[in-house]
Amino acid sequence: MEYLGDIWFVLWAVLWGIYFALDGYDFGISMLVPALGLGTEKERDTMHLVTGPFWDGNEAWLIAAGGVTFAAFPTAYAVLFASLYTPLMLLLLALILRGIAAEFRHQLADRQWSRFWDWVSAGSSFLAALLLGVAFSNLFRGLPLDGDSLFQGNILNLLHPYALLGGLLFVLMFVVHGAIYLASRVTGDLEKKARLAAKAAWPLFFLSFLLYVVLTFFWAGLSKNYFEAPLLLGLPVACLVAFVASGHYLYRSGGNFPAAFRYSGLGIILLALTGVMGMYPNLIPSRLDPLGALTIQNSASTPKTLLIMLVVALIFVPLVIAYQWWSHRKLTPEKLNPEY
Amino acid sequence: MDPVILSRLQFALATFFHFLYVPLTLGLAPYIAVMETRYVKTGQEIYKAQAKFWGRIFLINFALGVVTGITLEFQFGTNWAEYSKGVGDIFGSLLAIEATMAFFLESTFIAVWAFGWDKVSPKTHLTAIWLVAGAGLISALWILLANGFMQNPVGYQVEGPLTANGELAAGSRLVLDSFTAVLTNPYGWAMYAHTVLGALTLCGFLVMGVSAWHLFLRKNVEFFHTSFKLGLCFALTFSILSALAGHQLGQITAKYQPAKLAAMESQWETRQPAPMHILVIPPLDDSEENLVEALPLPGVLSFMATNHFDSEVKGLKAFKPEDRPPVWPVYLSFRLMVGLGTLFILAALLATAFRHRIPELKYSLLLFVLMIPLPYLALELGWTVTEVGRQPWVVYDLLRTSLAGSPVDWYQIAASLAVMAGVYTLLTILGFYLMGKAALRDPAPWAAK
Repeated sequence: MEYLGDIWFVLWAVLWGIYFALDGYDFGISMLVPALGLGTEKERDTMHLVTGPFWDGNEAWLIAAGGVTFAAFPTAYAVLFASLYTPLMLLLLALILRGIAAEFRHQLADRQWSRFWDWVSAGSSFLAALLLGVAFSNLFRGLPLDGDSLFQGNILNLLHPYALLGGLLFVLMFVVHGAIYLASRVTGDLEKKARLAAKAAWPLFFLSFLLYVVLTFFWAGLSKNYFEAPLLLGLPVACLVAFVASGHYLYRSGGNFPAAFRYSGLGIILLALTGVMGMYPNLIPSRLDPLGALTIQNSASTPKTLLIMLVVALIFVPLVIAYQWWSHRKLTPEKLNPEY
Repeated sequence: MDPVILSRLQFALATFFHFLYVPLTLGLAPYIAVMETRYVKTGQEIYKAQAKFWGRIFLINFALGVVTGITLEFQFGTNWAEYSKGVGDIFGSLLAIEATMAFFLESTFIAVWAFGWDKVSPKTHLTAIWLVAGAGLISALWILLANGFMQNPVGYQVEGPLTANGELAAGSRLVLDSFTAVLTNPYGWAMYAHTVLGALTLCGFLVMGVSAWHLFLRKNVEFFHTSFKLGLCFALTFSILSALAGHQLGQITAKYQPAKLAAMESQWETRQPAPMHILVIPPLDDSEENLVEALPLPGVLSFMATNHFDSEVKGLKAFKPEDRPPVWPVYLSFRLMVGLGTLFILAALLATAFRHRIPELKYSLLLFVLMIPLPYLALELGWTVTEVGRQPWVVYDLLRTSLAGSPVDWYQIAASLAVMAGVYTLLTILGFYLMGKAALRDPAPWAAK
């Protein structure tokens, strides 16, 4: 039964990874709407049609990741969310606003109305991406927890330069990811603009990615597990390869955007895995008192609960992936043309 | 300021707003599904137009329900850390299972329905809306089993010490003993039946109210008479069933939470048999008897609690003052809810009597328009009875709400509470405005075959 906690630790990382890879592209496209859709209403509407059928299903992965944190590691869930109280509330606010914007913007046939919601959507997507990056960077760096796992920090020291770099990385990563997806889904001028945006943002993203990984390993101290079990280094290497492959398909003549999107998504999942596996067996490392760290050992649910949850997950998660895949295929039969 | 009080206010705010949308999501999905089934079976365009007309309202409502729901899942951690640590082993897994089984299904297939009219076959499209309806019902079940555990904890073991009073000591937690017991919790199922039937009743009255307005204007009469009839079918069936389920929940409450039942009736003395007083004014100070208590119906409270007219019903004095829920809000909410529930049955019966003449009615149609907010009110009042009546416990008899909070500074909670209050109010005004606009539109043109 010892291994159940470990299995859930990995699944926890995978769920967050899938969430970033899926909601990431609609965060990215939402952020790009004001920039790329400056010209015509049709282009803005088209961009929203691209994300419209999927943002809610993508966000369901956040609910699953949050639910699994609660169910599998209740103590970590409690300490993490109470410690990051205000940033998390801001994240929730951002998620509320972007969901509402997606539904409200097309309810009134009024230019000002839909433009207003486009800005709300872009701003809240930016904030959500930034906060997710900041939050996970603070995890990698370790929270200032005392020996009783009580949070001894404040909002300002959560906004450490390393954490801000993490926020910036998430924003750039999602913009590139979203632009690539958009380019694969539309035609005409909008496709050209999306390609251009992806190509322009990719080098910035890749630079911040490299810097972030180096800092994560050698400054935040997540390299320990990797030195002890060098096989694990396969994860960051595969992550790097995936992002490079994504760049390759992006820049090669003509571009292969569906392939670039797949590799970009894979890279995002591997990035989450790289970070989380570096923390193992901690869910929340502590940088004040190591005794205050939340580990699999001291925060997991009982084996009974973990086993029931595992059975449920093994049945339903593949089913979810199957029907989300199916719905994606059915609802995107052809590229959207903003000129019509 | 006390962080726990602020957290309670915030949680109340978040759940009340969330529950403005949940019932219509639960109720309108099967309504639309029935209309679309008729379309697929008969091929008559009017039923497709019905599905589309009510679907537009559904989608706005659904979006508001989704975004206000996200907050709830995370608030257990942000504001109720001690609670989360204490019961996460059981409560958390129910929430996680809800997400995996229901929320994915709902959010994926609502998109297939909304965006798939010309992309999937009519049968697949119909399946999508039935899946959304089913997912809503599954989702509600897991959430209410989770809430049922707070009301009537079952199937658990205590890991760590209890206090002298048998309460959970700091650092102890409840862990899963029998998953079957958690899944068959009678309290959860009784709440489930009452809530879902109430939601379907709300849908019935909303459809009747909106249709009545169009009929009053003598516009699209055939279309809205069709809507009205199915709405009436919902309202009549489910208002009666909901009352029966409410009676069942009352008995479960009497069995597992006698202090809540005493507060619902503001009964201070233990009596056998216990009458129900038509006129009651609970005390305004710390005294332990009602200011006014008149017009007794002999044995009725005994019947409510146990189905027998001569059984004993405990009064509030049987419980230590620190174990009693606040009487006024529980008592008032309960009375008002029961009154509204009775009104719904009467209104539905009356409409049934006139069902063939509905389009000919004039000003009496406006009564149904005026009734639209009432089921919303009744459902919120019902939850007030359930949740305020559960106090002072967050997990009944085991963990006090006052001990369940998070170690978060009060000003952070005050700030989030203020922002949430502002944003939710604004979104709700906008949301109901947009739903109102959608409800006042003409239906899409349809050709009779």
